[in-house]
Amino acid sequence: MKPDRSVGILGWGAYVPAYRIRGEELARAWGRDWKSAAGIMVEEKSLPGMDEDTFTIALEASLNAIRRAGVSPSEIRAVYVGTESKPYAVKPTSTMLVEALDAGRRATTGADFEFACKAGTEAMQAAIGLIGSGMIDYALVVGADTAQGAPGDPLEYTASAGGAAFVLGPGEEASALILASFSFVTDTPDFWRRGLVKYPSHGRAFTGRPAYFRHIVSAARGLMKEVGTTPDDYDYAVFHQPNGKFPLKVAAILGFPREKVLPGLVTPKIGNTYSGSAMIGLCSVLDVAKPGEKVLVVSFGSGAGSDAFHIEVTDRVEEVRERAPLLSHYIERRRYVDYAIYARHRRMVVMPPDVGAY
Amino acid sequence: MWSYRVSPVVFWRRRASLYRLEGSRCSSCGHVTISRRVKCPRCGGDMEPCSLPQRGRVISFTVVNTPPRGFEYYTPYVLALVELDGGGRVLAQLTDVDPSEVEQGMEVEAVVRRVRVSGKGGIIVYGYKFRPVLHP
Amino acid sequence: MRRVFVVGAGLTKVGQHWDRSLKDLLAEAGLKAMEDAGVDEVEAIFVGNMMSGILNGQESLGSLAADYLGLTGVPAFKVEAACASGGAALMQGVLAVKSGLFDRVLVVGVEKMTDATDTADVTSGLATAADFELELFFGASFVSLNALVMRLYASEHGLSEEEFGHLPILMHKNAVDVEHAQLRFEINMEKYLDSPYVAEPIRLLDSSPIGDGAAAVVLSAGSSPPSDRSVEVAGFWSATETLALCDREDLLRPKSIRAAVRKALEMAGLEIGDVSVVQIHDAFSIVGYLCIEGAGLAEPGRAPAFIESGEANRDGSIPINPEGGLKARGHPVGATGIYQVVELYRQLLGEAGPSQVEGARHGLAINVGGVASNVVAHVLRRVD
Repeated sequence: MKPDRSVGILGWGAYVPAYRIRGEELARAWGRDWKSAAGIMVEEKSLPGMDEDTFTIALEASLNAIRRAGVSPSEIRAVYVGTESKPYAVKPTSTMLVEALDAGRRATTGADFEFACKAGTEAMQAAIGLIGSGMIDYALVVGADTAQGAPGDPLEYTASAGGAAFVLGPGEEASALILASFSFVTDTPDFWRRGLVKYPSHGRAFTGRPAYFRHIVSAARGLMKEVGTTPDDYDYAVFHQPNGKFPLKVAAILGFPREKVLPGLVTPKIGNTYSGSAMIGLCSVLDVAKPGEKVLVVSFGSGAGSDAFHIEVTDRVEEVRERAPLLSHYIERRRYVDYAIYARHRRMVVMPPDVGAY
Repeated sequence: MWSYRVSPVVFWRRRASLYRLEGSRCSSCGHVTISRRVKCPRCGGDMEPCSLPQRGRVISFTVVNTPPRGFEYYTPYVLALVELDGGGRVLAQLTDVDPSEVEQGMEVEAVVRRVRVSGKGGIIVYGYKFRPVLHP
Repeated sequence: MRRVFVVGAGLTKVGQHWDRSLKDLLAEAGLKAMEDAGVDEVEAIFVGNMMSGILNGQESLGSLAADYLGLTGVPAFKVEAACASGGAALMQGVLAVKSGLFDRVLVVGVEKMTDATDTADVTSGLATAADFELELFFGASFVSLNALVMRLYASEHGLSEEEFGHLPILMHKNAVDVEHAQLRFEINMEKYLDSPYVAEPIRLLDSSPIGDGAAAVVLSAGSSPPSDRSVEVAGFWSATETLALCDREDLLRPKSIRAAVRKALEMAGLEIGDVSVVQIHDAFSIVGYLCIEGAGLAEPGRAPAFIESGEANRDGSIPINPEGGLKARGHPVGATGIYQVVELYRQLLGEAGPSQVEGARHGLAINVGGVASNVVAHVLRRVD
């Protein structure tokens, strides 16, 4: 898919909470053997502070993106938040962002998107359409989550918290051009969560070939065919990263060498930030990429689908990079907790009624 | 009891202060305060809207061990009086910091965080807190 | 202007009165005061109370008081000024008599705190003395605001934690032989330093206890003392400061304490050196120290040393809180201001028993509301 008007990323920003829990500690809580879980290549994951949630994460990531974009919030006419851990089941996080950022003199469009881990990149597709058609000039899109894995479940090792935001706008002002995108979706029940249930369910091995791999490969090949590129044309490949293993495996299937994937692979250090995953990976690349370099970004959301983007970095990327904290600043900022404190942060403990709500 | 809940109206009315540290400045004596108000508490002069600086220093702090309703789950937490760069003081919680790390004079910056919730089904109250400066 | 006299007083013991309601306590103190004054009628009632609505689900204390004292029909109002509600109610009573429209009024302070068995509820109630939007909204308890001031005071004056302990230790010592006091046991520096932080650096033994109580006085007009148990209200004043700490110009020298005390003394034609006994508002040790300095009894930062020197002991040059103050006699919030005045009344009549200060002629009571956002001072004079 290509827009009529050139669209790009003006500013990018990420946020990861300070708190970490090690994989070994998660294994210890359930009497599991850490070595067997180590194969997923996630050493430790982030968890939100007791006073953090998807909105607060989205806000800081957005402020970082806006600093780099150099655009006044009053110019932003669309705000989209992609997440599967909305603070309110009904009440959009996007309007809270509009207010907190004082965006668009309130003449904005905005809503929350849900598509499991690719909600944020779906929002990007929509924003590209608004800008590419000339309906608006600037949009803010966020992918953020405070993901929850069921206690004792394999996903508990990786479900983490974090988010990324992009200010999109006209290509002439961009730090990275989004030249084309491609989406591929099917009805594949690999991972889901019913309405009033606290933790998601998943199909275990079923989440592999028929889900993650099928959709990423289809979207990546679909995009490269439309644009006329091969893996050799790209300097970086960023994939949705539920663990450290899958992105390297899908890279191999598609023909991308490890070196092109590693700069955008952050899950081993912070876990899987769900809707933030691929977008944070892109932030990691934009923190180091040089003008002229090309990036392939392919997200994956369960349920299922993938969005692929062909991105070319411009000269502007180096001018604006230092305006906001690099992702590495957030990754290096670490406070370790044990499972008991983790359970307290994640609201897994039943409190007496007179404590009230929390 | 009233303190289990926060009225959505009360939160909404203060959203500009809570999200963006908007307050007032006195056109006579220059006193800066986080509240939106008509008259200056120091000199009685007329106040006009202004945005408060987002960075400052800790003037004094304490650790709350006996919380009011709504804050039990988060106890203990640090409360500080922050003097903002360029004027004005604000009372706020400190976050992302262990109480033992807090010192008078410490440099801090504003962030928006969950302050409390209003009962199980009520609104989430967001507002300003301060954390040690992340990125100088 | 007319002269106003305290002609009778009554109080209940301060403590956890599980079997007595707010109505019971109010009536007990009010009727005792009237009996002490030898009267069975008054022309108006002023009720000092802070949290009847919040903790007891009961406002309308004016009509409640008239009703339960068997005096329905007279003008009656609740007066509120946070922890200075008692002093504020007294000032209203004094003004009513001074106006010439009332010859005899009853002022009763009452607080029933222990029905709220969860500390979080009492904490929430007390925090209404601060700024809701700017302070309680963020989880500031009343004690935490005072803790911010204490830390600033300690760092500005280079004081160690130990130096703060002198006042609570003296208060506990004084209350041992006081029948109506809530806490009647001594403490020492070891116990003080061992006690846990409520809100660092304020410790449990810096903080007045939660308790119930009521105290009342009968005020009468006259160009000369109406009875032989009259003590004159020679001076009074009240002053406000900013509500929120973030707007305060000087956190360590609240103008409100200085102004209220100075003007009350001025009205009485006295200097602080003329005062025989002082009731200070030691809700927390730091507030007590600020009262001492605000009254001019010590230089800034020197109040703890002043207490340590023994000058404020019962047999010292200027006895402070001989009945144990808020820390040990207790602090049923809205009643405290009246307890202070009842205690001064008895001192000046020579009826204070074991806590008697020899030859007491002039008494000063300082009642502090909020973090000194509303301060009321009264000066009482013995009449011979």
